[in-house]
Amino acid sequence: MTDAGTPEPATGTARARPLQRLEHIDAKNTVLVPVLAVVSALVVGAIIVAATDIDRLQHGAFGGIATNILDAYKALFVGAFGSWTGISETLVFATPLLLTGLAVALSFRSGLFNIGATGQMLMGGMAAVWIGFTMNGPGIVQIPLAMLAGIAGGMVWGGMIGVLKARTGAHEVITTIMTNYIALALVTWMLKTTAFKQPGPSGNPISKAIANEAHLPKLLDFVRPGLRANIGFLVALAAAVGVWWLFRKSKLGFELRTVGANPDAARYAGMRIGTLTVVAMALSGGLAGLAGAVNILGTNRQMTTSFAGDIGFDAIAVALLGRNTSVGTVLAALLFGALEAGKTRMQLDADVPLDLVLVVRALIVLFIAAPLLTRMIWRIKAEGGGLGLSFRGWGS
Amino acid sequence: MIETPLAHLGDTSAAGPRTFAERRRARNMGITYLVLAVITAVFLTGHDGTAMFKLDDGRSFSLPAQTTAWVAVAMFSVLAGGALWRGYGKLTNAVLALVTVTLLMTFLSWSAAGTSFSLIGVLVSTVGYPTPIVIGAMSGIICERSGIVNIAIEGLLLNGAFMAVFIGSVTTFWIGVLAAMVTSALLAWLLAWLAIRFKVDQVIVGFFINFFVLGLTNFLSKRLFVEHQNWNYVGTLRPLKIWGLHSIPVIGPILFEQTVYVYVAWLLVFGLTWLLFRTRWGLRTRSVGEHPRAADTLGINVVRLRYRNVIIAGAIAGFGGSWFASNVGQFNQNMTGGRGFIALAVVIVGRWKPIGALCAALVFGLFDSLGNKLATLHTGIPSEFISMLPYLATVVVVCGFVGRSRGPKAAGQPYDSQ
Repeated sequence: MTDAGTPEPATGTARARPLQRLEHIDAKNTVLVPVLAVVSALVVGAIIVAATDIDRLQHGAFGGIATNILDAYKALFVGAFGSWTGISETLVFATPLLLTGLAVALSFRSGLFNIGATGQMLMGGMAAVWIGFTMNGPGIVQIPLAMLAGIAGGMVWGGMIGVLKARTGAHEVITTIMTNYIALALVTWMLKTTAFKQPGPSGNPISKAIANEAHLPKLLDFVRPGLRANIGFLVALAAAVGVWWLFRKSKLGFELRTVGANPDAARYAGMRIGTLTVVAMALSGGLAGLAGAVNILGTNRQMTTSFAGDIGFDAIAVALLGRNTSVGTVLAALLFGALEAGKTRMQLDADVPLDLVLVVRALIVLFIAAPLLTRMIWRIKAEGGGLGLSFRGWGS
Repeated sequence: MIETPLAHLGDTSAAGPRTFAERRRARNMGITYLVLAVITAVFLTGHDGTAMFKLDDGRSFSLPAQTTAWVAVAMFSVLAGGALWRGYGKLTNAVLALVTVTLLMTFLSWSAAGTSFSLIGVLVSTVGYPTPIVIGAMSGIICERSGIVNIAIEGLLLNGAFMAVFIGSVTTFWIGVLAAMVTSALLAWLLAWLAIRFKVDQVIVGFFINFFVLGLTNFLSKRLFVEHQNWNYVGTLRPLKIWGLHSIPVIGPILFEQTVYVYVAWLLVFGLTWLLFRTRWGLRTRSVGEHPRAADTLGINVVRLRYRNVIIAGAIAGFGGSWFASNVGQFNQNMTGGRGFIALAVVIVGRWKPIGALCAALVFGLFDSLGNKLATLHTGIPSEFISMLPYLATVVVVCGFVGRSRGPKAAGQPYDSQ
């Protein structure tokens, strides 16, 4: 069950024997199952579209249903990749998904369930927007400062969960769910205070806009000005490399993986479980906070209460689909970003409600989280492939 | 925080053998009461005047704000002394309840000083509002007591709400309720099937169900209800007066003029308490949740019992979801609005006991109706802080600050029967 999370031999020996490392790559489980999971989810999504097409079903227009489904998926693809605008939007949506996905993947590999990416992203966003509207450039100083503030905001919010877990044994699943709601209430209140609230008569909880200097530079200006994609995506990619480096090359990453795979073994090896729990949650929260900062500086420009949405769940989906690896998370985030970017087009062109994308994403999680089910449906013979992660009770 | 089994041996105080955890809890409670006394003295003694609390039929009573506050301060200090000195043993929870009620009354007389306040309205909605939370929590308790973690209460409730509206509009209300129960039971079966047969992590399956249902009900409500608006109307349910009991002063309107859902919820709570702790089914369920291996050795079919209980729990949650249909009369996207997660919190705060969960739900219901009420009283306390309280309380309880909240030991772990 635990092949994804088992600590491989220390990196030195792994480098000395590259062939041994190759054996760890299990093509069926790491490539085939995720691809088939996406295909299965799209097939089930198509069945749902067909079964709810009351008008065509009544008239027996089964050909019409089939073309409608094909149109919908084609529009989804064209909306995401068919134009520079589509590609730009895909990158924009993929950026926070990638960062929060990395946050969740990092916690998963350390044996923790971080369901609180939403709250950590909100806190990071608050910190970043405050730097964003109180300062006025220069960008070279303000942008990194705002990002650091975002990381710090998320780190505090996430690290707090780690402290609670390490000191009192409070299970992080329940504390992260609860602190998500606390963060939302806190942000709603702060956005109504004079320190944050946008000037004007509107009573809506919306913050002041950040300074022009703090806007992230655009990524695709050389193609056409006005495309929203910004260097936030590169920041996210850099974070992915950072996480890869952490788990592959650093002592801390090795310790985190060991705790994640087998806390008892880690304790007997003299690792400090409590400290590592706090560090893992703080790092995870920091990544989610960075997602908030990048969203504020890159696209949103001001803080609203709905700005993080339900990203915590999407982040879990991205991490699972990416099998908790950096490369996988990048690909998964791009896929989910594409679904997000293409869904409006799907609703316009094919008259299929855009909420289908939420259903498809949930189904992808199902088929990824249940590799046995996916393998049973597609009749693949392979061993292992579990997530290397299991809920170990509510703690006592 | 390692508790050694020998920790109490060094303790020879007059209070008798108390465990380390009990002493720590008594200390924490004492400190909490002291802090409350200070907070009351500093913040709640400032308002002069009398607050009038209106009950039904023109009855009312008044509290002088300042005097009430000082009485409360004195009481909290004495109770804190008692807690720090030797603790209250079995009375700990009763003392906690007393302090909570006093604090609330002090707070209310402070915020309503010089005006009047309809206490009866607040209490009626305190009992009525948390109905889906109570029913959802019963569903969660059955699942977790059998060793399956149920994060999916939210999804099961939302599905129940949708199906009750949709099928109820096409047919009649109670057939809609039946459909809600059947479909939520099916979803719960899916949870059990994935958790037991495929050993998928139960937290992940729970989240899958929540978001699958959210996406699907959003999708279906756009796809079906936009063109066929008559499919999205079931009408609301009237309160049902219990003959004879509803005319009792004060208590009657609070407890016996509610909808049928409230009565069913209370029946579920007391029925489930009896079933869990007094019947063979209950003993088997608890043993499967605590130590499935031992239960298996004694000839209990662990897997079958888990399936059956989770499916029953799903039907209960579906029924709870149909409350939204009866309350609003139509379906709105995401109309459960996180109440399934409050139900989960209630399960934990109530320590996996039905009556504990009911008490927690009522306290949360009180917070909620107070939050709505305070907005009209202009106390200067942001309503966000009131709405934050249930979640904050949950974190405090999970951290073991007011006594350890320990779940069924085998919850979340797949069972291999070899």
